Amino acid sequence: MSLWKRLLIRYGSFFVTLLLLSGLFFFLGHIVLKGGNTLSPALLFGEVAPMDALLFKERVFEGLFPAICGTLCLVLLSVTLALPAGVLTGIWLSHFARGRAKRTLTLCVDTLAGVPSIVVGLFGFSFAILLHTLTKGRIGPCLLIAALTLAVLVMPGIIRTTEVALSTIDRGTRLRVSAMGATPVQAIFHVYLPMAASGIFRGGVLALGRCAEDTAAIMLTGVVVTAGVPYALFGRFEALPFAIFTIASEYTGPEELARGYGAALILLILCGGLFGLSACIACRFRSIKR
Amino acid sequence: MGEGAATMAAGITFGVTLAIFGFMGWLALPLLEGETLSTLFTSVWNPQGGHFGIRPMIWGTLAVALPATLIAFPVSVGFACVATHLAPSWARRPLKGIAGFMTGIPTVVYGFSAVFTLVPLIRRMAGQGSGFSILGAAMVLALLISPTMILILINAFETTPQIWLREFEAMGATPEETVWYLIFPVTTPAMVSAFLLGLGRATGDTLIALMLAGNAVLTPTSPLEPARTLTAHIALVMAADFESPEFRSIFACGILLYLIIFGLTLMVRYLTRRPCP
Repeated sequence: MSLWKRLLIRYGSFFVTLLLLSGLFFFLGHIVLKGGNTLSPALLFGEVAPMDALLFKERVFEGLFPAICGTLCLVLLSVTLALPAGVLTGIWLSHFARGRAKRTLTLCVDTLAGVPSIVVGLFGFSFAILLHTLTKGRIGPCLLIAALTLAVLVMPGIIRTTEVALSTIDRGTRLRVSAMGATPVQAIFHVYLPMAASGIFRGGVLALGRCAEDTAAIMLTGVVVTAGVPYALFGRFEALPFAIFTIASEYTGPEELARGYGAALILLILCGGLFGLSACIACRFRSIKR
Repeated sequence: MGEGAATMAAGITFGVTLAIFGFMGWLALPLLEGETLSTLFTSVWNPQGGHFGIRPMIWGTLAVALPATLIAFPVSVGFACVATHLAPSWARRPLKGIAGFMTGIPTVVYGFSAVFTLVPLIRRMAGQGSGFSILGAAMVLALLISPTMILILINAFETTPQIWLREFEAMGATPEETVWYLIFPVTTPAMVSAFLLGLGRATGDTLIALMLAGNAVLTPTSPLEPARTLTAHIALVMAADFESPEFRSIFACGILLYLIIFGLTLMVRYLTRRPCP
């Protein structure tokens, strides 16, 4: 290989790496710098006293508190919905599926993983319309439907991490378990699942992050600009990413803009924290296995 | 009982995948009757006048997603090479960590940041227009989809058999030569599938295009012009009431996006399937 080509490969690669990192730091640095100054109780609670807001005595209008509550409810609800179905599908894929059924389902999971979140949102919305006509207008787009939509969105991730976690269990363990006379179901629920728990848990944490950041799907399924703290499963709700989106497009003054920066920073910290948590779990998992 | 529950869950997953398509088809069905269908693939979007052409949005999607992927692909390949072979070994783990961390960054944060930094910059540099343009959207989108591609590429690069790497080293190959003559030829299918999956993510992303591309219904002709993608179109039209044909037509957009993703998924599966022994 000529010297020129070598240098081109080496420095070209380093150049694009630097380019990517500088792009990353440019955008995130901007948020951190501008958002750092805005972090204060007033950002969360506006003019309301923090204790009153936390105890739901008074409604917060000019703060991010309702949006944060909305996001937390949404995230927990959707991961709770997605986890059982996702984990069981993962188990089915790694232990019970054979031949064509397995191929079909992996194709489904791959497709589902790629479907744009707005299309999943559209699905959630059409589901809401169906419920709307069935219940004669009592149920429309709401927290529960948004959570269901997000659950569909994060399920492929959970299925895959479960499948991977289960497939890393070594042959020795499998042989020992069946030598002790355990039925496949006993083996899975008493041995393999506990062994794969940290991998599955990690998938769940990643799903939390994915739910917290997604905007397009909830946009179609019931998120609104002001709804207060979520009060019912069938009510409308606020969410952090949607608040950021609306502030970016329709802010009216520097105060609102500052709230947008604050919200973006909080969301970034939330998602970064969840990612850090999942990385920690992965790290510990690896050291235990050694 | 355990097996039954697992089978049922698998059935649910299967059902949901079909249901997404089915529901959209169900709501798009009224389009088949009446004149809406004939105007669907024209280039005039004028709901008041009964024209529901989505062709500008198809072009818009292409104009935003394709350049973004074309920018992101070489960057990702370079990054993956650095993170697996070219960087000193102490720097490799942090680089992989950063790539992983980038997948977790909320899209809306990139969008928000770019609205107040990149958009004014483009406005000033171009000296015309609002700055909300294909260029800005494609750049941020490239940043957004790179980590996905990088992780796939790193994964593929690292599955190259150790023994081949040692043989190359023993023959006196430099890291650059190893990358060029061993890694690239061996991982070509994985690289192509990384490209396709990146393209899929770029096509499916809503927020970046919605926030940065300007959303004008025009068939784009220059990178400094605004465009509206299919995804942004869905988000924007949803405001309308849900009996109008205008509302029905966005389900056609949804079906189109679903089919694009399905096609890309099939291609990726074809590329990454294990060769028959």
